[in-house]
Amino acid sequence: MPPVNFSLILPLLTLTIWACLLLLVDLLVKRKEITALLAALGLAISLGMTISQIGSSGTGFNNMVVLDGFSIFVDALLLVTGLFSVAVAHGYIKRMGIERGEYYTLLLFSVAGMMLMAQAADLIIVFLALEMLSIPLYVLSAFARPNTDSEEAGMKYFLLGAFSTGFVVYGIALVFGATGSTSLSAIMSAASSGTSNVLLLTIGSALILVGLSFKVAAVPFHMWTPDVYQGAPSSVTAFMAAGAKIAGFAALLRVFALAFPSLAGNLTPVLAVISALTMIVGNVIAIAQTNIKRLLAYSSIAHAGYILMAFVPYGQAKVVSTSVAAGLFYLVSYVLTNFGAWAVVIALEKSEGKGLEISDYGGLGRKYPALAAAMTVFMLSLTGIPPTLGFVGKFYLFRAAIQGQFYLLAVIGVLTSLISAYYYLRVVVTMYMREGDPEAANEPWLNITWGLAALLTVIVSLVPQFLFAWANAAVLKLF
Amino acid sequence: MDFIFQPLTLLTFFPLLGVLVLLFVPSDKKNILRWVALITTLITFGISIWVLTLFNASNPDLQLVAKYDWITVAGWNIQYHLGVDGLSILLVLLTTFLTPISILSTWTAVEERVKDFMLFFLLLEVGMIGVFLAQDLFLFYIFWEFTLVPMYFLIGIWGGPRRIYAAIKFFLYTMAGSILMLLAILWLGIYQGTFSVPDLIAKGGIDPHTQLWLFIAFAAAFAIKVPMWPLHSWLPDAHVEAPTAGSVILAGVLLKMGTYGFLRFNLTLFPQAALQAAPTLAVLAVIGIIYGAAVSYAQTDIKKLVAYSSVSHLGFVMLGLFALNPLGISGAILQMINHGLSTGALFLLVGMVYEQTHTREFKVYGGLWKVMPIFGTIMLIVSLSSMGLPGLNGFVGEFTILLGAWGAGLKGGSYGSFWYAGLAALGVIMAAVYILYMFQKIFMGPEGSIVEEVKKRGHALRDLNAREIVTVVPLLIFIFWIGLYPAPFFHLMAPAVAKLVAGLQTAATAMR
Repeated sequence: MPPVNFSLILPLLTLTIWACLLLLVDLLVKRKEITALLAALGLAISLGMTISQIGSSGTGFNNMVVLDGFSIFVDALLLVTGLFSVAVAHGYIKRMGIERGEYYTLLLFSVAGMMLMAQAADLIIVFLALEMLSIPLYVLSAFARPNTDSEEAGMKYFLLGAFSTGFVVYGIALVFGATGSTSLSAIMSAASSGTSNVLLLTIGSALILVGLSFKVAAVPFHMWTPDVYQGAPSSVTAFMAAGAKIAGFAALLRVFALAFPSLAGNLTPVLAVISALTMIVGNVIAIAQTNIKRLLAYSSIAHAGYILMAFVPYGQAKVVSTSVAAGLFYLVSYVLTNFGAWAVVIALEKSEGKGLEISDYGGLGRKYPALAAAMTVFMLSLTGIPPTLGFVGKFYLFRAAIQGQFYLLAVIGVLTSLISAYYYLRVVVTMYMREGDPEAANEPWLNITWGLAALLTVIVSLVPQFLFAWANAAVLKLF
Repeated sequence: MDFIFQPLTLLTFFPLLGVLVLLFVPSDKKNILRWVALITTLITFGISIWVLTLFNASNPDLQLVAKYDWITVAGWNIQYHLGVDGLSILLVLLTTFLTPISILSTWTAVEERVKDFMLFFLLLEVGMIGVFLAQDLFLFYIFWEFTLVPMYFLIGIWGGPRRIYAAIKFFLYTMAGSILMLLAILWLGIYQGTFSVPDLIAKGGIDPHTQLWLFIAFAAAFAIKVPMWPLHSWLPDAHVEAPTAGSVILAGVLLKMGTYGFLRFNLTLFPQAALQAAPTLAVLAVIGIIYGAAVSYAQTDIKKLVAYSSVSHLGFVMLGLFALNPLGISGAILQMINHGLSTGALFLLVGMVYEQTHTREFKVYGGLWKVMPIFGTIMLIVSLSSMGLPGLNGFVGEFTILLGAWGAGLKGGSYGSFWYAGLAALGVIMAAVYILYMFQKIFMGPEGSIVEEVKKRGHALRDLNAREIVTVVPLLIFIFWIGLYPAPFFHLMAPAVAKLVAGLQTAATAMR
């Protein structure tokens, strides 16, 4: 009988059970507000449990699941993402006429899958979590049926997602063949002791990298992103852009830093190329976009590149902790900024996909000064202009790159940031310097989301030391 | 909380108080908004005068230092660190002096979205003061980048017909330089272990090759801001499209951030690289002087002429800085102030006449002296100051710089040739040509068509009113003061400049 330690996965377990119950409760309540509220409550309870876990660590389920500072940090971030998602979805799905109770259940399941991803210490669990987070997302993407764009998004995401999962599974199989185990610690010891088949191991790890690159939308595995982000309901996109990216990077950071450090010599150049391509392609193509959802989609691709940049020197023992901390810190800043921006998009979206062109933002500065100011903060933060969290986050990422002496990559990083300034500023230009008569939804939870996100983006950037300390303490537990 | 009650903290962040007040004033109460902004900036100026009284001119080091740990976790060593010394005190005063003047100049010129305008202006002042006071590179970068945002809005919302193009160009150009500096700042923070400028100077010991790279990265940011030839192409667009107050601040203060950056960081942090790069930069400066002057003469738009003259004038500043001797550097610092005063005044005056005529084309002007004698007199004084007539401020700065450039070069360090000074002096002559040309086109000769034009609109061209005179007169006072008795200004900077040059001399000796 393997040791079972439920306390390790208590928040995750609670959330899963809560989601199951919510599915039943939803049948009984007529008013979907209550479902939304209950979903938020479940996330909040789980968040409370996660916070109470701070400081504890351990492994369980035969070393398949791990609890450490890293997983607690990521879990907390995911739960906050979930809460934000409920807040922006609540009014939106009603407004769009797609208010169905399953929405929140699916959301909760997906969050649970993401949390499992953060706690995975075994490749089998990585795979399980990947499926658990993805399948609800496929459904959510198509949630606006019979809207064909949304159905197309769901289908596309499903097909490419299944494809990428295939890569991961095949990679896991090869790694298992090379090392005789799927446990991260066993893989590491097999790889470093030289008892493994290096060729198989390298190919296997590369395939896992491909699969996870699909999830985080890194070039050249990003093709699905713009279509899916555009077609899916905006509230789903907001969740997907943040949550799936966090989970993907959590897996990437843990699997590669723990299991494959000995392969760094082979994988670092690959990662460097992927990161550079992602930054360049994401930012350059974003320039040509006129639809705000596609713009944010390409921007999210670009941001994956920045996080990957910090991760390139993961094989250098002195840098890896900076890489991980910088990645986590940036994910926080990304979640806040990105959610804020999506909340503004959601506020301005009309039925039938109206109100999504950048030109629809004309006159926003005059008519809704607060909303426009918040959007300006988000755009500046995505560009990386102080005083916003995006700047501090990028500063941290570049530190990892420079510490790892990847100067060229860092230069590519800053130059692509410059490119990004052009298209982010275009949104600001439209809001303040062009005329128009936009109509924004006034929903309390939505307003709280963008208001809070904007305030935090500025304030935390001025007092980031607490977040720095947390991110830095959220180290990966070595076995 | 005691860090708030430091003179320099108060000085930097006082305009934020005005921002807070403005937020609660309804946006249709335009005059209240203007008064709040004006009073805030006047009090800020008062604080800067108080700082001046606390300042000990014989001390070459940073003074009134406010230094607190800010981000000292996770391997970061970032401090909240403000300080002022002889290199920056005058620039701080220039900033706090020009801001209320600019606000006064918008009294009738800005009628649209007054609230937003004043908000951005006060935020801009925070950024500008912060740039001159910050002694921690991280903090400096935050202020430096932050100034872009309000200026971008000022140009983009209240500017001329091509304002959006100009605003974006301004933003992207400046950002292009500063992001390279960001990487260099990070390198220093990681490999030297601190972001504090005095600590970095004390630590030194970067090998010359690396120094050169870091020097280039910093220089990229500053050279674009100055702007040095050939990186100047954003400047005419931004200056011409910006509203008057924006042009004044842009020319008066923002450009000085570039030259100040060279002075504060490039010369002190990378002295050996500075010695190596000095001849190159001096050549670029001389090209800038002559090119700027030549292009100015070719303009048909008054504001464009003034804008290009900045390229020429700032070439002098750069030449002085990279003469790397006390004369050149102190002349450069003084010339930064002079340019802020003269060009600031020129932009103000052009703005005042533009407010009435709505055109800046030379060809419609002429014979205005008879119609607007007060305006003409003031314009004449300011023009003469800009072209460096003895007895006015421009002469003192340019002459000192030329002296410095003539004897340029540290012993064993770098260049020394009268060609730099000789060619730059050509720029002085050319300045006389284009400025007198401008003056003649506007004020001399037969009455231009604009006089009739304005009459047709129902009101005759009027001379300056009391508010407009009050706006310019403070500038005139300093134009005469510096021209006739510059000693107190040199006195303020002398010890700090001597210390800076001593540092360069040490580096030059070490290099041999």
